[in-house]
Amino acid sequence: MPELELMIMIVLMVATLVPIAAMLVWFERRLLGFFQQRYGPNRVGYFGILQSLADLIKILFKHDWIPPFADRPVFVLAPLIGAMAILMSFAVVPMAPGLVVSDSNIGLLFFLAMTSMAVYSVVLAGWASNNKYAVLGGMRAAAQTISYEVFMGVSLLGVVILSGSFRLSDIVLAQQDIWFVVPQFIGFVVFIIAGVAESHRLPFDLPEAETELTAGFHTEYSGIKFALFFLGEYLGMMLISMMITTLFLGGWLGPWLPPFVWFVLKTMSLICFFILLRAALPRPRFDQLLEFGWKWMLPLALLNLVGTAVVKLWGSF
Amino acid sequence: MSAQILFYISGSIAILASLFVVTNKNAVHALLYLVVSLLALAMCFYLLGAPFAAALQIIVYAGAIMVLFVFAVMIFNINQTDIDREKHWLTWQSWVGPSLLVMVLLAEIVFVILSNQNWSTNPSSAVQIELVDARAVGTLLFGPYLLAVEIASFLLLAGLVGGYHLAKELPKRTTKDGGR
Repeated sequence: MPELELMIMIVLMVATLVPIAAMLVWFERRLLGFFQQRYGPNRVGYFGILQSLADLIKILFKHDWIPPFADRPVFVLAPLIGAMAILMSFAVVPMAPGLVVSDSNIGLLFFLAMTSMAVYSVVLAGWASNNKYAVLGGMRAAAQTISYEVFMGVSLLGVVILSGSFRLSDIVLAQQDIWFVVPQFIGFVVFIIAGVAESHRLPFDLPEAETELTAGFHTEYSGIKFALFFLGEYLGMMLISMMITTLFLGGWLGPWLPPFVWFVLKTMSLICFFILLRAALPRPRFDQLLEFGWKWMLPLALLNLVGTAVVKLWGSF
Repeated sequence: MSAQILFYISGSIAILASLFVVTNKNAVHALLYLVVSLLALAMCFYLLGAPFAAALQIIVYAGAIMVLFVFAVMIFNINQTDIDREKHWLTWQSWVGPSLLVMVLLAEIVFVILSNQNWSTNPSSAVQIELVDARAVGTLLFGPYLLAVEIASFLLLAGLVGGYHLAKELPKRTTKDGGR
């Protein structure tokens, strides 16, 4: 029964990814505390490991309030769209040979499509809240994501040219000689920056910049709906780390250790890197963010694409 | 067989969502139905054996162009008065003309489907799947359809120039009316 196997696989994936994303909240707070010479949450369980569980219980018992001035159906739908879209994209990530829900021949495009659908969550949350801070946050999110999506796609085309496939497992196998981070270093850097911007992580979390927009697009959200936004953000960070691992760092490839362990190790170190970024970098101004995107990242990504194409064609003659 | 059922389901979703797009009074809700309709169309493309077109449909239409639409409508600050006005405009008289035209189109499609011998004699072959991958799309676009691609890019270039013209910073005038 291949269908049954697939269903079990999907259920297992969701049942592991969601708790891991919740644990990441605790992990990030501990790590940030470490970077800033303080303890971070260390009271609940050993080393505070049950902090996320305590937060979850608290958040579940909160009053699930919808503001009377909000657009009810869209207000409820918005947090769901984000978490769903990101969870869907995990379906195409190969974590080990054969350990993938759908090894689709358009896997990479599916990932791009789902990340572009995740924007709606933020934009609609901002609009449905009917609150000026939330709308400003939503507008920023829309502008930021559309801009950074463009060269996120362009930066990946170099990888596609080198491996000749959109299938993620083919891309991993094409890196057996050399990881794509070496020939595609510019693409790698551009993709990391675009990935941070797409998942609205600091330093690119302008849609929810608390100093100027209270909490941005989720100002009016509380209880379990707020938790869904939070979950979406951490799932997004995991997804971006997994995609960088798959596309540039050779996926599950590596000596001695089993493939899955390599995949987890690479992904975890990237997640730590993202958390370090949050602790280390200040937030730019919004116009600086967009200018940086269009005037530096896009030309760089295009040059990388042209260069890769020239080298590939040169080699084939 | 299951692909055929999936195709009909997503096709009906596309039709229903498109109906809601034209009948909905709230502009943002209408746009959301349009997104659903585009997603359902992408599903249809995929089931018809064009995965590349399906992915591009989601990335370009549902993911980029519609976000811009929602973005623009968001700034209009739609409230209950706008919805009431829309309700006032959408009377049954205004539906007569478009409905008649759509009926003609529907009749044409039914006629085409019925006149096609292959389909009418063998309805199960109505959905014939031939996989068109990215490579095939590329060779077609930059082979026989190169001229169409170039014309489309010219149209986009015109849009780009227009956008630049609208957003261009005007030179400050030093006239009597306050330099505006």
